[in-house]
Amino acid sequence: MPSSPSQLSADHFVADLEETPIRAVDAVDESEKPRSSWTDAWESMRSRPLFWISGVLILLIIAVAIFPGVFNHVSATSANLNNSNGSPRAGHIMGFTYQGQDVYARLIVGARASLTVGILATLICTVIGIIIGALAGYYGGWLDAVVSRIGDIFFSIPTVLGAIVIMTTIPNRTPLTVAVILAIFAWPQVARQMRGAVISAAATDYVMASTALGVSRFRILIRHVVPNAINPVIVIATVSLGTFIVAESTLSFLGIGLPGTTISWGNDISSAQTYLRTAPLPLLWPAVALSITVLSFLMMGDVVRDALDPKARARR
Amino acid sequence: MTTTTETSTTTNFEAQKGKPLLEIKGLNIGFKTQNGYVEAVRGVDLSLGQGETLAIVGESGSGKSTTATSIIDLLPGTGKVTSGEIWFDGKNLVTLPKAELSDIRGREIGYVPQDPMSNLDPVLSIGWQVEETIRANRVATGRKEVRAHAIQVLKDAGLSDADKRLKQYPHQFSGGMRQRVLIGIGLSSRPKLLIADEPTSALDVTVQRRILDHLETLTRDYGTSVLFITHDLGLAAERAEKLVVMYKGRVVESGPSQEILANPQHPYTQRLVAAAPSLASRRIQSQISPSVTHGVTVSDVGSDDALRIEQAHEREAAASKAKDFIKVENLTKVYNIRQGGFKSLELKAVDDVSFEIPRGTTMALVGESGSGKSTVAKLVLQLESITSGTVAVDGQSIGALKGRELFDFRRRVQPVFQDPYGSLDPMYSVGNTIAEPLTTHNIGDRASRQARVRELLEQVSLPVSTINRYPNELSGGQRQRIAVARALALKPDVIVLDEAVSALDVLVQGQILNLLTDLQSELGLTYLFITHDLAVVRLVADNVCVMQKGKVVERATTDEVFSNPEQAYTRDLLEAIPGANFQFGA
Repeated sequence: MPSSPSQLSADHFVADLEETPIRAVDAVDESEKPRSSWTDAWESMRSRPLFWISGVLILLIIAVAIFPGVFNHVSATSANLNNSNGSPRAGHIMGFTYQGQDVYARLIVGARASLTVGILATLICTVIGIIIGALAGYYGGWLDAVVSRIGDIFFSIPTVLGAIVIMTTIPNRTPLTVAVILAIFAWPQVARQMRGAVISAAATDYVMASTALGVSRFRILIRHVVPNAINPVIVIATVSLGTFIVAESTLSFLGIGLPGTTISWGNDISSAQTYLRTAPLPLLWPAVALSITVLSFLMMGDVVRDALDPKARARR
Repeated sequence: MTTTTETSTTTNFEAQKGKPLLEIKGLNIGFKTQNGYVEAVRGVDLSLGQGETLAIVGESGSGKSTTATSIIDLLPGTGKVTSGEIWFDGKNLVTLPKAELSDIRGREIGYVPQDPMSNLDPVLSIGWQVEETIRANRVATGRKEVRAHAIQVLKDAGLSDADKRLKQYPHQFSGGMRQRVLIGIGLSSRPKLLIADEPTSALDVTVQRRILDHLETLTRDYGTSVLFITHDLGLAAERAEKLVVMYKGRVVESGPSQEILANPQHPYTQRLVAAAPSLASRRIQSQISPSVTHGVTVSDVGSDDALRIEQAHEREAAASKAKDFIKVENLTKVYNIRQGGFKSLELKAVDDVSFEIPRGTTMALVGESGSGKSTVAKLVLQLESITSGTVAVDGQSIGALKGRELFDFRRRVQPVFQDPYGSLDPMYSVGNTIAEPLTTHNIGDRASRQARVRELLEQVSLPVSTINRYPNELSGGQRQRIAVARALALKPDVIVLDEAVSALDVLVQGQILNLLTDLQSELGLTYLFITHDLAVVRLVADNVCVMQKGKVVERATTDEVFSNPEQAYTRDLLEAIPGANFQFGA
């Protein structure tokens, strides 16, 4: 039993009990709402203005791509050479192209092609990358060696250069073919990232605990390893969406992306380029649209990374 | 410096001993978080005299490290001193300009960080890192002088062939040696104050003792005051004259350490002291009598389960007299380590180990890091393949089990791992984590599994509402209880506890040990308890195996090992426990 305070030496300080109430050892705080790591990520994103700005822009761009009719009533293809490189006027706020077509109308209609290529390429390359990277990282051995070297081969070819080489041999180019070609050269980056994340997730104690429970190896991969390794890939996917849109425009600009009959921002930039010095506006508008779109996705990627990768957040 | 001046400074130390060097008054520290402002340290007062040693003890999150790092302005992240004063040698460090503070930091206040493994830069040589400190603090100038000083620092820190070791890199040093280097760096400019933040908690007990002895000698010679941050009451009792007990950011008790620990006044200190395991402790006895509780655990389960439980009881009855429920014979595990090229090196992690565990008892496997104890655990769990020898559980040899048989074996032997932050999938809710063994083995339907999860949560004394929470919301001890619940879900016979309480604060550790003891008598569990901490062994084990370099060097009942250790190695281990022979009060 503790003795009376009089026996204590002079510099023995004991805090007032009322000021320092003690709680039960290791009690669960039941007042807080349960929160998963996804809830945390959402709360972190929600508090960033950048998330809302880029989110609204992305939604707007997607809406334009899906329902161009809501934003534009003028034909994008009808040409009147009287209006060649004409300046803006009522009803045609962005002026006319060299062919006398309405720039605003083409801008709205072209969004669909650019966005389709971007989203398709991202989906294809992410899915391929996740599957290949996860299998290589998880099973290791010769599979890993073979897959990693194949990835390295594709990795060593610059995406645009590789795409140029293949595109010139394909006669009928659609948004899907462009997306597939871009994805073929971009998946190794996703696969590498996934492989690394899978290797570190597979070495954790919870994986060992599941093994000791008798969970099968493949099931552990699907249920525990992949969900814990997916975050960096989501980040890459968001960022690469923007770069794929740029790549499509680059290819179209070079005349080997989408065929000239398809309205896309890249094609329009390409055809306006010849008259840049006399009529810069027909080039400026699609370029601005492209920049805003890519910037939105990059900003979103930034926010997503901060939310999903707390280590990167700490460094900021 | 001549001999005469040195003697005069020494006498100066003697004269000044006891005069306050560091005084903290009403210190408040806050952190900005997503959910607003959090006060981590509230109104802390403490004072440390010249040449004195003071220990701050408390559980994780009590603010002890925050207080210490605020002294040298190294608060992490958004931490900020909001009010209060830190007087050091006549200067208020809180208001001091950054430039002057960085001049004091390192030169007058040394710092020894916690983790020797991550606090040395792996790409720079040891010599470079020591010399950097010496140059930064202008202790010596000129290439040769700096080099000579660095060698001296390392020699003082207890590295004998210091001149050769200067060119080596951190990975060539053991944990203990790295900690010596860090202590050397911390003391290199003969600071007036040394802050040591859990300097030895990552090290083995025998290494810990050597390092602490050495630190004590050095600081006594230099007249340095030492501020220890520790969670180990035994260490505080043994090494510090003064003690400050912190709880939730406040000081709850402070004064002479021996007096506080022998006669704690504040209820929190009393609780801490009561939970501190020492060699004088006895094995924890369950508060529950087994006959009463058997009925309770069987209730509320599906008919399928009832059948299995019946079978389990039959098994139990058949084997209850078996002295060798788990029988390990001549167990050996060899790892092939790739040496680059086509060469490989054989490493014997476990070397001819034999022991038996009677049903319903606890066998402790004790040893320092690298002794092979965790490998034995993995072999018993069949997470690694056996090189030679046998492991038999209930008469069944487990080395050759495959497919269905192995799957069934997994129901009977379950693990709980050390790291409470790594052993639960962060993406799984608590309910799903505990239900995973049930779904994997296809036991019951959704509703009965839910019921079982609730029952298990109750068994490990967690509120049922925990079911929807995620691991990141829970403390280390709570996570460890979830891991125990998951291990219990399949009603196993054996639980392998691999350092299961080592990462926990002493109070939480005591709570988990009590829980494990209760569960053992309630469910007739057999434990293989792997630990480096002999004081904990005293509390839970019936039998002990001491392992060293892959071999079992001593095997006996717990009482025998503690009262009459036969091997010199065991005696070393026992003596190295900090505060082992200190009589705690309360």
